[in-house]
Amino acid sequence: MTTTPAPPAVLAAQAEEAAPDPVRPARSRRLKPWYRNGTLVVGLVIVGLLVAVAVFAPLLAPYDPVKQDLQNALQSPGAEHWLGTDKYGRDVLSRLIWGARVDLRIGFLAVLIPFVVGTVVGALAGYFGGWFDTVVMRVVDVFFAFPFYVLVIVLVFVLGAGESSIYLAIAAVSWVAYAKIMRGELLVAKKQDYVTAARLGGMSHGRILLKHIAPNVLSQALIYACSDIVMDILAIVTLGYLGLGIAPPTAEWGSMILDGQEFITTQWLQATIPGLAVVVTSLGLSLLGDGLSDQLSPERRK
Amino acid sequence: MTSTQPAPFRVGIDETVPLLRVRDLSVGTSGATIVDGVSFDVAAGERTGIVGESGSGKSLTLRAIAGLLPRGVRVTGGAVEYGGTDLLTMPARRRRALMGPEIAMVFQEPMTALNPVMRVGDQIAEGPRRHLGLGKAEAADLAVQMMARTGIPDPARRARAYPHELSGGLRQRIMIAMAVSCGPRLLLCDEPTTALDVTVQLQVLKLLERLCEDTGTALVFVTHDLAVVNQTCSAVDVMYAGHVVESGPVAEVFTAPKHPYTRGLLESAPDFDRPDRELVPIPGFPPNVADRGPGCPFAPRCGYVVDTCRTQMPPLATVAPGRLAACFETDRLGEAL
Amino acid sequence: MLDRLRFIPARLVQSIPVVFGVTVVVFFMVHLLPGNPALVLLGQSATPERVAALNTQLGLDQPLWDQYLRFLGNLVQLDLGQSITYQRPVTELIGDAVPVTLSLLAYALVLSLVISVPLAALAASAPGRVRDAAVRVFTLLGQGMPQFWVGIMLILLLGVKAQAFPVGGYGVTAGEHLYYLFLPALTLAIAMSPTTIRSLRASTIGVLGSDHVATARSKGAAGTTLFRRHVLRNAAIPTVSIIGVNLGYLVGGSLVIEKVFAVPGLGSLMVNAIFARDFPTIQAVALVVALFVVVVGILTDVVYTAIDPRVDLAAKERA
Repeated sequence: MTTTPAPPAVLAAQAEEAAPDPVRPARSRRLKPWYRNGTLVVGLVIVGLLVAVAVFAPLLAPYDPVKQDLQNALQSPGAEHWLGTDKYGRDVLSRLIWGARVDLRIGFLAVLIPFVVGTVVGALAGYFGGWFDTVVMRVVDVFFAFPFYVLVIVLVFVLGAGESSIYLAIAAVSWVAYAKIMRGELLVAKKQDYVTAARLGGMSHGRILLKHIAPNVLSQALIYACSDIVMDILAIVTLGYLGLGIAPPTAEWGSMILDGQEFITTQWLQATIPGLAVVVTSLGLSLLGDGLSDQLSPERRK
Repeated sequence: MTSTQPAPFRVGIDETVPLLRVRDLSVGTSGATIVDGVSFDVAAGERTGIVGESGSGKSLTLRAIAGLLPRGVRVTGGAVEYGGTDLLTMPARRRRALMGPEIAMVFQEPMTALNPVMRVGDQIAEGPRRHLGLGKAEAADLAVQMMARTGIPDPARRARAYPHELSGGLRQRIMIAMAVSCGPRLLLCDEPTTALDVTVQLQVLKLLERLCEDTGTALVFVTHDLAVVNQTCSAVDVMYAGHVVESGPVAEVFTAPKHPYTRGLLESAPDFDRPDRELVPIPGFPPNVADRGPGCPFAPRCGYVVDTCRTQMPPLATVAPGRLAACFETDRLGEAL
Repeated sequence: MLDRLRFIPARLVQSIPVVFGVTVVVFFMVHLLPGNPALVLLGQSATPERVAALNTQLGLDQPLWDQYLRFLGNLVQLDLGQSITYQRPVTELIGDAVPVTLSLLAYALVLSLVISVPLAALAASAPGRVRDAAVRVFTLLGQGMPQFWVGIMLILLLGVKAQAFPVGGYGVTAGEHLYYLFLPALTLAIAMSPTTIRSLRASTIGVLGSDHVATARSKGAAGTTLFRRHVLRNAAIPTVSIIGVNLGYLVGGSLVIEKVFAVPGLGSLMVNAIFARDFPTIQAVALVVALFVVVVGILTDVVYTAIDPRVDLAAKERA
């Protein structure tokens, strides 16, 4: 309580895990196979569909997303353009589909580095403790004293708008959450009997970490990664809105909302639809994360 | 100053019937029946013990009477008659009005049963304010008086304390003070001394006895400890696997049990009067809630078992004046221990 | 309770290294910003000599370490420098902006509680049933919506279509502030509610099943009385720290929201300063924001101590 807090999503999830589940008493609870886990399945379906849309964008989009057609600018939805056209006459539906490609790709990729770096650093800090742990925790404190967005915006600005800057900025800022979670997990895991037994048996730290502890604790990082991807996609879209994201004219949901905001009074769909796309994406990922959480760590739910 | 006699009846009490009559009460979840057709009576002013192991359903029986079953657990059959009226079919508001002035409960673990963020004096005063219509100051005074009655030293100062600032024994006295604050006619106690040190246990038991004697309050005392029942109660009901297997006056049941389980309990319990007696444990384990079959639930462990026992459930029947037992072979238990 | 608050001085002292770390990060990050403020100020057509002169005047040609030490030295004297863009002391600019952002955040906090507490109570009263699922859907959707988009949607629905609220600005009188800030505060409240609801729902379910609530019921308590006296305060305990963390995150979110609604607070100040390469202002705002997060952390612990009489953070610190 008195040390640095973890991101709100993590804390809320931890709080939920700690609460007793009154509806299903422990006795009658059996671990369902994954395909019967409703949340997980729905999440997978949504995410799967979105990924499919992104992958098959060239086949699905009726028009070229960057092709301008100024004579047909700002059309309402109709037979020719199912979702209408934007201020440059570009087909909104096509831009939406191609935008999925951009936002989803960056969102998924942006998680990789923080996941790897944060997990390793946090695990080592938790397992070995000592001065390394103290240093890592101080660094984490400093990062947590900054709201996520402030750092990301400044960093992207420093590095110049564009895709690689986004990866770097997000990586620089979000690794700390993984570190904090992993450290907590390791602090608990290293006290378990099976670790003591392995040490007594002469196993090296490396082997213990890789073979015994990793499978148990990685699930937590994986579950957090799902909510982290949501945060990243929201950040990417926000950066797009601020003009700090992918350069135009590439279709991206955030910049689409920015373009649409001008015409909120006449063509309000343009600002609304990309946002809805983000909401659906986040919903799918959140369900996936919750489903995984149910599946991979049910014993935590008392 | 409130009188020490129970207040003249606030609810229509039929005084010709026993104060509490539990008839065929069944309690369970959607998957299993935990309390199976339990019946017993409690007369006004009588102190009854309900004895059984963990899992016998004794706590749930008590909670069903009080209307405090946990989520997911329901009454699946039977009736609970208080002063002639069935509590289970009563409108919720009316039933709630009884909780405090007529029926009160003392829980096992005072640390978790008391609200950690509320001063204990306020917690005691809550009932009287709601049910007796007392104002804030009057209720606070009453709370202090109640605390004094339960033997809490320096009650005025202690009333402002929070539960975590008091010792276990004091906390349990607070719970008791809270329970008797509205002068109830029936006090339900769920293992109130189990979580206490042995020396403190005795004090609390004596306190309960004294309070009940002074006010004529009936007591239902759930416990697994035979010695406690022996000490405090005049009647006892023995429960096993959700059934009442024996019923009767304490002295008689404990000297000449009429059910093999009761006999087994007595033989396996330490007896300070006869320290040299060999302790004989009951072989086996109590059945899991999910796999209770037909027939007597004690059959797998019973030394007197015959074939009928495994296929038919023995009814709780009168086997001697004032003595009930649920056993086909009760005659074979004739010898006193 | 006052004596349980004695952890505060120790906590403040502990925060100093963190704040120090923040100043280092902020300073060096800002100075990595591409572009030269003098150039931005003078425009593209300025001659190199004039740019160099302005550079010297602003002290920008000194070695980086010197600049940092000067920055620290000034900081201790509470001098945050002069804004390059506005040619006013930064302290003044911040002084103007902070009350705006603080009101926005406080407003958002209140609205968030108004939304979250009833919804959490609703969900907790019948877990697993329809109303719980409905609240769950609300929180899932809420967590997935980009804040700025929520702001735009609110502008669309309540500002443009219903014409009920203004779509931007701040107003002059206190009453006008409340009116103008409603939509941005609501946006932030919607962003903040999902985690609060999830946490409060979980702890309420826990408390509802607890022994002391059973005791309260055995005294005949029910309904809102039961909730108010026996459930809420106990359930709020773990949620308080989550709200505290959320507030910290919310400051970052308010950056963008202030832009969407043209609110003249710290967020707008920061964004404009970034575009204008106004180093002193960027540094100062980032510092203020970090300080704010630290203060919120301490305040959270104070509230936590006030609610739960068992808590004694000073004793724990010593242990």
